Amino acid sequence: MTDFLYLIPIALVLGGAGLAAFLWCLRSGQYDDLDGAAERILFEDDSPAPRERRP
Amino acid sequence: MPTAPSIHGDELLLASRALGEGVRQTELAVPTIHCGGCVVRVERVLGGLHGVERARVNLSTKRVTVAWRGEIPPPLIETLEGAGFAAHLGDATADDKDPVVRELVQALAVAGFASGNIMMLSVGVWSGADPATRDLFHWLSALIALPALAYSGRVFFRSAWQALRRGQTNMDVPISVGVLLAFAMSLYETLTHGPHAYFDAATSLLFFLLVGRTLDHVMRERARTAVKGLARLAARGATVVHEGGAQRYLPVGDLRPGMTILLAVGDRVPVDGVVVEGRSELDVALVTGESLPVSVGIGDAVQAGTLNLGGPLTLRARAAAKDSFLAEMTRMMEAAEAGRTRYRRIADRAARLYAPVVHLTALSTGVGWIVATGDLHRAVTVAVAVLIITCPCALGLAVPMVQVMAARRLFDRGIMVRDGGALERLVEVDRVVFDKTGTLTNGAPRLVEGGRIDDGALAIAAALASRSRHPYSQAIVAAARTRGVQPALVADIGERAGAGLEGSAEGRRYRLGRPDWAVDGGAGSGVVLSEDGRPLADFHFDDELRADAREAIASLRADGIDAELLSGDRQEQVERVASCLQLPALAATSPAGKVAHLASLAAAGRKVMMVGDGLNDAPALAAAHVSMAPASAVDVGRNAADLVFLRGNLTAVPEAIDVARRASLLVRQNLALAIGYNALAVPIAMLGYVTPLVAAIAMSLSSIVVVGNALRLGRGAGGARQRPHGGDRPVSPKAAGATA
Repeated sequence: MTDFLYLIPIALVLGGAGLAAFLWCLRSGQYDDLDGAAERILFEDDSPAPRERRP
Repeated sequence: MPTAPSIHGDELLLASRALGEGVRQTELAVPTIHCGGCVVRVERVLGGLHGVERARVNLSTKRVTVAWRGEIPPPLIETLEGAGFAAHLGDATADDKDPVVRELVQALAVAGFASGNIMMLSVGVWSGADPATRDLFHWLSALIALPALAYSGRVFFRSAWQALRRGQTNMDVPISVGVLLAFAMSLYETLTHGPHAYFDAATSLLFFLLVGRTLDHVMRERARTAVKGLARLAARGATVVHEGGAQRYLPVGDLRPGMTILLAVGDRVPVDGVVVEGRSELDVALVTGESLPVSVGIGDAVQAGTLNLGGPLTLRARAAAKDSFLAEMTRMMEAAEAGRTRYRRIADRAARLYAPVVHLTALSTGVGWIVATGDLHRAVTVAVAVLIITCPCALGLAVPMVQVMAARRLFDRGIMVRDGGALERLVEVDRVVFDKTGTLTNGAPRLVEGGRIDDGALAIAAALASRSRHPYSQAIVAAARTRGVQPALVADIGERAGAGLEGSAEGRRYRLGRPDWAVDGGAGSGVVLSEDGRPLADFHFDDELRADAREAIASLRADGIDAELLSGDRQEQVERVASCLQLPALAATSPAGKVAHLASLAAAGRKVMMVGDGLNDAPALAAAHVSMAPASAVDVGRNAADLVFLRGNLTAVPEAIDVARRASLLVRQNLALAIGYNALAVPIAMLGYVTPLVAAIAMSLSSIVVVGNALRLGRGAGGARQRPHGGDRPVSPKAAGATA
């Protein structure tokens, strides 16, 4: 059992990374338009979409 | 359907927001965007305009955010209309994100992370870790749980504290007490190397409850943005003529009494005033409920909110916006809202009974164990276990989950629910009071007794009328089209403001309009077609009933709900509609009269639902037990109403009541399930047999049962009891085959 204790910090760090990634997505507005995001993936135009910033 | 005011470049400028460096941002609502193709087209046409920095469509909210540069706004709305998308201005001043939803989602994410990881450690403890490993795992759990509870628990602690400070209790009080005590006891157990810690219970409790709460808020937010995307029907500003002839567009708030205002056709009167130049007709339907346009001339008073139909007018403002009719209605609304007894939501009522019972049970359990065993530590442990197992996890999910499902069902049918409380109040409704103009009727005139008019006259009238945007003209054109009459060839068609239309054909002069102008020596009101000054035909108009008004009222009656009509319109117009629908009616009611009528019904113990759209209905909407407005209602009316129906079908009213009733049944079932669970679990906890493992299983099971029961509203039940008049449902294959 104690031989595998090193797995615990790894699990926590991975989980924490997931949480941080989710919070970052949320703050940068990636969940604001889920329907639109589903459609935009099909657009042929490869030019980067203009970023919308809220002041 | 009332027409939205035309939009000036100045108005666009007024509704935009400065982003800095000369860039301004405008929000447009474009309700017809529905697919990826639309997104590309809209972004392309707007992005190609001179001065536009970027345009970004939000498909979920059907809004476009445009950033542009320069002094004069680009012709955004005209361009969109050219591309086939009707657009109107959104409010850029109000921030469109609800900070509460974001806070809840973040709290939910943190709670989910914490409960998942603590559960992982707990499984190790449950499967028999040796004491040293167990202590290490408990310490790790405490380390994860402390920040998670501090962050995610705020939502509940704050609300519980507010309730306690007012001397009340709500569902958040037992939740907060349970979570905090569970954490405190687990920490003590960890310090004293005890075998049982409830960190997993504390965090997963928060996680489950936050799921329910977040869904509840997302639903309300969706309804709010959908309602906000509707066209604004109040004027945003007006063109003011200064001494010396200079014209400036000023926001409504800056208009002062004595200013001279120019009002174009299709604009709404911004503030109360007097006509100083011009003649026209005003559509007052949204303000007073009168369905027929009112003609005004020099010296006549006009009310804010009425729509100019005939010709350009010059007005002298008599009151500032804050003293205008609209502001008066807002004040009456606030008074009516304050007078309404505050409705206690079913969850809060349950909590008021539940919290004292739970806390007393825990306390008596603790006292009982001290008396029986004299072991203080053991007594506290068991008492806290009782609190944890009774913590209203299922109870906290029981109500919001059902209401979220109900709101989703209604949303799919174009009915927006502003909050869950409205669904609960909807169940109690035993009387529905309808406004007439724009609610039971379409709010647009229709030619009546058109059969008396011969085809030749109708063809000439339609030719003249096709050049005008006046609702009467549009009604004539529509009547000609339904009868299959081609408009005649008429030349030199011109419009005389406030009088009518004229044109010539085969050497004769035709006029369509007011009798005193069209006919030599004519008088009276109405619309006449004349040939060289002799009357050819006269036209009568009436406001048409909504197609499904009869059906809606019949199905209300079938559900045991009476309906009545309460209108600000004239007696004769109201009686015609009332007798058609066999409704009791009150005509020519003032806004205050409507509120008084609702108050007398409420005093008689009736639970009244008000359905109305006009400015004159707004105070009544606020005063009613529950209220509903069509999407075409005035802005204040929509904001006062608990429910808004977007599609023009009145069957929304019985449908909403039906869904609310079924939701209420499920809520009661869920509450019974939650209480039944407690009746089973509490004795086990009181006897001291609860371990963290038992608590975790019991809590998860009861939550799953409650959520599963709520999901029944989403499918199954609806399909079986779907009403035959689904309004906008696709035609069944059988019916389609029959018509083919």
